Amino acid sequence: MLDLRKGIAALALSVAVLAGPAAMAQGTLRIGMTAADIPLTTGQPDQGGEGLRFIGYTVYDALINWDLTQGDGPSGLVPGLATAWEADEADRTRWTFTLREGVTFHDGSPFNAENVVWNLDKLLDESAEQYDPRQSAQGKSRVPAIASYRAVDDLTVEIITHEPDATLPYQLAWVMMSSKANWEALGKDWEQVAAKPSGTGPWMMESFVPRERAELVPFADYWDETRIPKLDRLVLIPLPESNARSAALMSGQVDWIEAPAPDTIPAMQGNGFAITQNALPHNWTWHLSRVEGSPWNDIRVRKAANLAIDREAMGALLGGLMIPAKGFVPPGSQWFGEPDFDVTYDLEAAQALMTEAGFGPDNRLKVKALISPSGSGQMLPLPMNEYIQQSLAQAWIDVEFMVVEWNQMINLWRAGAADPSVEGSQSINFTYFIQDPFTGFIRHLDCDLVAPNGTNWGHYCDEDMQGLFEEIKTTFDPAEQDAVLRRTHEKFVDDALFLMVTHDVAPRAMSPKVQGFVQPQNWYLNFSSITMAE
Amino acid sequence: MLSYFLRRLILVLPVAFGVSVVCFALVQIAPGDPLTAIMPVDATAEQQAAMRAAYGLDKPVPVQYLIWVGNLLQGEMGRSIASGRPVAAEVFGAVGNSLLLAAAAAVIAFPIGIFLGFLAGYFRDTALDRAVTALSITGVSVPNYWLGIVLVIIFSVNLGWLPSMGAGPGGSQDWQWDWAHMRHLVLPAVTLAVVPIGIVARTVRALAGDILSMDFVTALYAKGLSRGDVLRHVARNAAATALSVMGLQLGYLLGGSILIETVFNWPGSGFLLSNAIFQRDLPLLQGTILVLAMFFVGMNLIVDVAQAAIDPRVKRN
Repeated sequence: MLDLRKGIAALALSVAVLAGPAAMAQGTLRIGMTAADIPLTTGQPDQGGEGLRFIGYTVYDALINWDLTQGDGPSGLVPGLATAWEADEADRTRWTFTLREGVTFHDGSPFNAENVVWNLDKLLDESAEQYDPRQSAQGKSRVPAIASYRAVDDLTVEIITHEPDATLPYQLAWVMMSSKANWEALGKDWEQVAAKPSGTGPWMMESFVPRERAELVPFADYWDETRIPKLDRLVLIPLPESNARSAALMSGQVDWIEAPAPDTIPAMQGNGFAITQNALPHNWTWHLSRVEGSPWNDIRVRKAANLAIDREAMGALLGGLMIPAKGFVPPGSQWFGEPDFDVTYDLEAAQALMTEAGFGPDNRLKVKALISPSGSGQMLPLPMNEYIQQSLAQAWIDVEFMVVEWNQMINLWRAGAADPSVEGSQSINFTYFIQDPFTGFIRHLDCDLVAPNGTNWGHYCDEDMQGLFEEIKTTFDPAEQDAVLRRTHEKFVDDALFLMVTHDVAPRAMSPKVQGFVQPQNWYLNFSSITMAE
Repeated sequence: MLSYFLRRLILVLPVAFGVSVVCFALVQIAPGDPLTAIMPVDATAEQQAAMRAAYGLDKPVPVQYLIWVGNLLQGEMGRSIASGRPVAAEVFGAVGNSLLLAAAAAVIAFPIGIFLGFLAGYFRDTALDRAVTALSITGVSVPNYWLGIVLVIIFSVNLGWLPSMGAGPGGSQDWQWDWAHMRHLVLPAVTLAVVPIGIVARTVRALAGDILSMDFVTALYAKGLSRGDVLRHVARNAAATALSVMGLQLGYLLGGSILIETVFNWPGSGFLLSNAIFQRDLPLLQGTILVLAMFFVGMNLIVDVAQAAIDPRVKRN
């Protein structure tokens, strides 16, 4: 009898296991995004980090993905559609990528080297039939290292870079792979593909109403069994207005909202909603002008300003949803290192440095700062900047603001500190996505990227820093490259190259029904582990 | 009547031309760059220049205007820079949703406004008149986006009776005339109706009060007409002016609901316009403003013709 029971139990267990994903599918998750439209669905999403978060890393994969499965430590690169990659030791510009075998797109077509070349042509070759200006606008600037590429065989791709560049794997994590067969089946028309996209990602887009909603369902044949979604459905709803997002969550129309307004958080928590947060590779700084005559050329002034801000007290403005800056990257970053300069609040030390620099209560320094009243990732720029203005005043630095609308701010950022359009402003409050070596370090301070030809707004150029950037690009062992990045960050902090204020924590509010979510220290998310409680 | 209609129709042409110039010029004057919507902020200057050329934004502004007008005359409104979708599809889809909302608000606002206006006009200088006047001033004065937020807090968040956002459980494309969808219309329509209730009530009150004090009303009573029959005459006399006010209000309801549509995430023309402004999506912005302005022009034309049909004095003037 006992054996019979055991046999029945084993049979039941086998049935449950065989039923697999179908039995595990649990509920619908509805998310209120901050975007005003569904990000571009054809492969290379627009709308920045949110686009890649909700349409990029859900519907698609890159050759190299980000690790989104844990939130305890920094998020690094992991194999995606490529299982291995290496730069030739004899010729460091020659990279070989081994592709994952047996991967299929949502339309059933196989993923292979031909698809990789086709996708790179889609972004980089204007003469290619599949070249898409909209996707190219999003992707081309992300892969500046690539000079050429070819399919060696069905599962091997070779990429040649313009010069040795060990940051190529990070660059490729931006490039999403869409299906050539699907594009051909839909009349080679990207507009048709937008309504019926096909990637290799864990989610398939089932329906799409522009500006209103997109519905994703699990891709049961996803190559990574650990990331096959447990939910039945994921619904993405653009809700750009923060009060509308909060009301939608609290009235039960969505289960999760991005970026709740800080003043609504106590009410949400009081009503049982969960607020999640984690360190995000994002910083809120003043990028300082280093053109001739800028007061920020004096390291004593830069350090004094950094010491004059009580960042802990500033947290009250943001409902505590921030990490006080200790450097340019968050304190837990794998690239933080051990800088000597302690970014902290020490008004006496700040005043001593200002005195040393020739300033005092009767000889105050006047600076002009470019700020915006709102903007993507800018947190709460007006009250935060006013707080900084008051803080710096205690160190005898009087700040005059030049306030411009966000869209115009982007133009002024592109123009650079020496451009007449910034009207002599000596800093710009522009928050930064700092997830990889290029976006995190190189683009801000590289001598070859001085604005307006590049993104070095402040016109900083330093031989030692340039040497470090070169070393980052020529260090091909990831662990050794991390060590170089730590030294680079130490120089960022020790030279007080920015006014380092806070890091965002990517707050999101969600219903208590949402379970199994892990917030990684990354701009992108893994929705596969989530279930909805009854 | 036909010649009057044709005269009014011909007058629409210079207005349409003026509207096209103003809406094109306004969006060009605004600071900012449409490329911001479609390129990463750190795209190189070379990539930005290539994209600018691809969208024809590198051409002189007058040339851009002529190209735009030329395309319009061929029925082509261009493509949205931000979404890549045809502007016509985006705008007319959104205008359809706004019409639905505007019609619902008009159905609420106009009967209530007319009823309250007549009531106040008939009982002029009484407590009832003062109460209606206070109510209509409140309706006109209250910031409707604030009212929208308050209604959401009460009826969506606290009571859970009505949804706070969207145009139906599956989006506007699946709209059906059932309660599951129509309940999404209630809060935005009520919020949107508050201002026209006030305006229509005040207009009708003034009209009814004036007409009731005219000699012909006394004559009608003297002839032995009942109170109801006299009021029908009063209504007929007030109709032409009230109609023109209501026509304009319908235009405002369609184009003037940016804040309401934002608060309720209603996918209408106001919401579209607001997104186009933030993204500096010039083709979409120009297309939306033009369609809304032409809707206003069309509404004025219809109201003028209707007024002439109701009141022959208008035609003579």
